[in-house]
Amino acid sequence: MMNEKISHLIKESFGEQAVLSTDFSGLQGTIVVQTNLIADICLLLRNHPTCYFDYLSCLSGVDLGIEKNQFAVVYHLSSITLGYQIALKVIIDHPRDTPQLPIVPTVSQVWRTADWHEREAYDLVGIYFEGHPDLRRILCPDDWEGYALRKDYVAAESYGGLKINGEVKTNE
Amino acid sequence: MNNLKTDPSKLKNEEMILNMGPQHPSMHGVLRLELVTDGETVKECIPHIGYLHRCFEKHAEALNYQQIIPFVDRMDYISSMNNDHVFVMGVEKMLGIDQSIPKRVEYIRVLVCELNRIASHLIAIGTYGMDIGAVTPFFFCFKEREHILNLLEWASGARLLYNYIWIGGLFYDLPVGFEQRCSEFLIQFKPKMRELDELLTNNSIFISRTQNIGVLPLDVAINYGCSGPMLRGSGINYDLRRIDGYSVYPELDFEIPIGAGKMGTTGDCWDRFDVRVREISESIKIAEQCIERLTKELKRSPEFDPRAKLPKKLIPKAQEFYCRGEMPKGELGYYFIADGKSDKPFRCKARAASFSNLSVLPELAKGAMIADLIAILGSIDIVLGEVDR
Repeated sequence: MMNEKISHLIKESFGEQAVLSTDFSGLQGTIVVQTNLIADICLLLRNHPTCYFDYLSCLSGVDLGIEKNQFAVVYHLSSITLGYQIALKVIIDHPRDTPQLPIVPTVSQVWRTADWHEREAYDLVGIYFEGHPDLRRILCPDDWEGYALRKDYVAAESYGGLKINGEVKTNE
Repeated sequence: MNNLKTDPSKLKNEEMILNMGPQHPSMHGVLRLELVTDGETVKECIPHIGYLHRCFEKHAEALNYQQIIPFVDRMDYISSMNNDHVFVMGVEKMLGIDQSIPKRVEYIRVLVCELNRIASHLIAIGTYGMDIGAVTPFFFCFKEREHILNLLEWASGARLLYNYIWIGGLFYDLPVGFEQRCSEFLIQFKPKMRELDELLTNNSIFISRTQNIGVLPLDVAINYGCSGPMLRGSGINYDLRRIDGYSVYPELDFEIPIGAGKMGTTGDCWDRFDVRVREISESIKIAEQCIERLTKELKRSPEFDPRAKLPKKLIPKAQEFYCRGEMPKGELGYYFIADGKSDKPFRCKARAASFSNLSVLPELAKGAMIADLIAILGSIDIVLGEVDR
């Protein structure tokens, strides 16, 4: 019920084409929206009195599989005031052999917590958040190569003179 | 590789870059702070994390759901039971077996989780006192924590990393006599909490070090995604055990302590500390109720098998699910993507409470004194195993 209302609200404000698809059948409702509108939609959902999604629970970057060539960013919103939860999702088509990263607008000006979450998604999945104030690697070192959570990630031979995935010696 | 974010050549005359950590006891693990200071005042604070990064999420993609539990243990390694509980809950919901878990199993889960919550808060309180210069409470807290660890070790076989709560059940039933020894512990523990209150919570030196320091207004707390005692210290009654009412928490009677600015401003370090102290008493209340039910209507019987409901085939249907629960530090969430074909998650993202709680530190540290920064950091109560995952 609430899910439909929210999806209707987005369509009303940004036009029918803003919502690409919805899935309310499972345990949690998911709305897939247009990538370039995500920041505006988040701002609307945060401020609108029907939902007040004031809390960003989780922001995850996802690699949707090698053969699909798609990446996704999933936003789990929750409303402290009203007690609802919903997931927003953007899907980016992106060939993986290019050196460029898939680009998503940042939501860090809507929720400040997105700052670190987006840095994590950039660090581990390799998604570029346009407009982010300080997009650096957060968990891996600055000179780390590759994005660990991509499905085609192969670890480098060594890092800083140390072997990665070297031979493990067991006690005899 | 330049390890600083600030450019030293752009500093003003009186400014200085000070590096704190990663190897220092008051950093609570391996956290590094880059401070731009003007005399004693912190102008900017930039946390550098990742020293304990093990990429749990990548490991999780290569293991089946049951095998992930030991990895989950190692995220927040001082409250492993709570980590397990939320993870297991999420997988059970995806499999659709969450309603068929026996009541006794659920009560045992809540009992061990609350014991672990007490242990975690005892560390938070004890080390916080030590950060500020009171060494004695640390020993008081660790002595009591040791009793809890002994109890949990008796049940699970491990002191810290339990792997006790399994999908669909438990590793084993509680050992014979556990309930009795646990209630004996709680009886002797209650007066110790009053002792601790006198020693630390109401100590005037402690109060003057923490009142009106690191004030976190409610709107900032929500915007930065703070949760747990951080959020409740700012004066909102928001506890996922009540909001979501998962497991058997709706059947239990407990209150949610919130900060009210008793010693200064709402949301200061003292409030956050006080919320933790009072949460221990609430956890004792919950544990007592669990023990009562576990010894009366849900008594142990020879037929009871905590592994009876373990699913033979652990393949959830294709779906996405974000499961959240309240752990001692705040909201812990797992975002699963199951593809419906394999027993391994396609993606398993952990939303760690300490990670979001720590991200508010630059905001709180701005304009604080260096000595107060330690007080602020201690009141956030981070565990770096969870921040870095």
